Amino acid sequence: MNATWSRFNMTSIVLGFAFLYLPIMLLIVFSFNESKLVTVWGGFSTKWYVSLFHNQGLMDATWVTARVGVISATAATVLGTLAAITLTRYTRFRGRVLFSGMVFAPLVMPEVITGLSLLLLFVAVGLDRGFFTVTLAHTTFTMCFVAVVVQSRLVTFDRSLEEAAMDLGAPPVKTFFQITLPVILPAIISGWMLAFTLSLDDLVIASFTSGPGATTLPMKIYSQVRLGVTPEINAACTILIAVVAIGVIIASIANKRREVQRQRDEQAAQRG
Amino acid sequence: MTNIAAAASPSAETAALPTQLAKGFVDRLVIIIPYLWLLFFFLVPFIIVFKISLSQTAIAMPPYMPVLDFSDGISGYFAGFRELNFDNYTLLTQDALYFNAYVTSVIIAGISTILTLIVGYPIAYGMARAPATVRPILLMLVILPFWTSFLIRVYAWIGILKPEGLLNELLLSLHIVSDKLQILNTYNAIFIGIVYSYLPFMVLPLYSSLEKMDYLLIEAAKDLGCPPTSAFWKITFPLSLPGVIAGCLLVFIPAVGEFVIPDLLGGSQTLMIGRTLWNEFFNNRDWPVSSAVAVILLLVLIIPIMFFQQAQARAQEQGK
Repeated sequence: MNATWSRFNMTSIVLGFAFLYLPIMLLIVFSFNESKLVTVWGGFSTKWYVSLFHNQGLMDATWVTARVGVISATAATVLGTLAAITLTRYTRFRGRVLFSGMVFAPLVMPEVITGLSLLLLFVAVGLDRGFFTVTLAHTTFTMCFVAVVVQSRLVTFDRSLEEAAMDLGAPPVKTFFQITLPVILPAIISGWMLAFTLSLDDLVIASFTSGPGATTLPMKIYSQVRLGVTPEINAACTILIAVVAIGVIIASIANKRREVQRQRDEQAAQRG
Repeated sequence: MTNIAAAASPSAETAALPTQLAKGFVDRLVIIIPYLWLLFFFLVPFIIVFKISLSQTAIAMPPYMPVLDFSDGISGYFAGFRELNFDNYTLLTQDALYFNAYVTSVIIAGISTILTLIVGYPIAYGMARAPATVRPILLMLVILPFWTSFLIRVYAWIGILKPEGLLNELLLSLHIVSDKLQILNTYNAIFIGIVYSYLPFMVLPLYSSLEKMDYLLIEAAKDLGCPPTSAFWKITFPLSLPGVIAGCLLVFIPAVGEFVIPDLLGGSQTLMIGRTLWNEFFNNRDWPVSSAVAVILLLVLIIPIMFFQQAQARAQEQGK
């Protein structure tokens, strides 16, 4: 296989990753810029981070975003996992085609449509727009991503483990919590993280469904970006990137460790 | 393994009947909860959008006249039908602005999708041919930008593309261009933004179909005297077609309704339907017209969305 990895393949990968990472790198570098001009390097400085923490509006928005993210990601994980189980385990029930359509369509649905339709729903049922409605909206569009992630793990799940447990008399609910859940847990965790970051990043749906007092961080950043590029926004973006990157790295390390542990357990089980 | 042992209770036989009953109930609950959620928060909102697209604008809160008020019973329902009006749709067909916005959006999304495919294919191919030990790392590196905010990634390009931005500085200092290039606030900036933001969506499905391919086929073609380019078009490309289709749909559909990229990179001169909808809603406060814009946008996208869904369902079947 090594021999077939030609110079062309290598070059395209290097160029591709340069394209993917260079803009983000530049953004991070210029957040440490002394000069107010984003494109002229005026020396190293962390003053934009300091001024960031004194920006009350930005801090409030961060707090709102974090709360919306945690609550909606948790609800989306429960709903998405149920949806994934429905999609993989129940191949025959009335309205299954509609159900799978409703799970897959939001993945590609333009955000302006999702945002507008949810807003009109909230107005129609008389819900005041604010923290609660943004959370509901985020739960709805992120649960479909969770469903896809968990489903891809469930498809490869060895069902004989469950059957063994049930043959030995374990009730289905207990079987789920003791056998199925531990095996699909890594997928559920990455589903939660995906839902959380999607919620953290969303501008369009939040703009439609949010109300006074529930401005999220992307909405705040967006309104400032429209006024021009400033190092302070670069600093805010850098922190956001750092939080997500650290989360992803910790999760993947934990995942790897669990995988190694599981393999060790399996080997031990096979030995006797 | 200890879990199974713990779960094996001596009362296995007596527990069989309640277990079955419980299972039926739990099964139903597992299906019903996400089903109802999606019905209420995904399907019902579309019906409301359609309903409001048929109503008239009013200066009130909410800014539209009620349509199909069920409080008057059946007779009120039929009276409501007579009041339904298609003015908003007539407006959309008569005002060239909307028509142009739809056509431009589809063309821009189409061109961007092809560009993303051209950029993404060599990357996915290179990844699929990489040594098996390196592949997980490369995969991680493709997924990682997807986790960072869309808004931030688009914002990063403003500093690069603007007239006194980093790209112009670089090109000027290398004497590649003699004058500053105007890229920001043009369609070119939108193309760059879409290709950049959606690249992981293209690379991942391409990679997963290219990785499954048996490279002995290429070896065999080579042995039989087939030149590499024609081997690519006759073997590699057709075998990667499911990935190509999935990737293109994942890029094309959201790109048609894209708002952030045309708004931040395209400037006021560019016309795309996502921005038109946004402006109708937030600036003109015309909810019925923006609903009508959304309904037509959905009609434009319904066929690609159904294709996508079928491709997903097929992939799921194959996964089993």
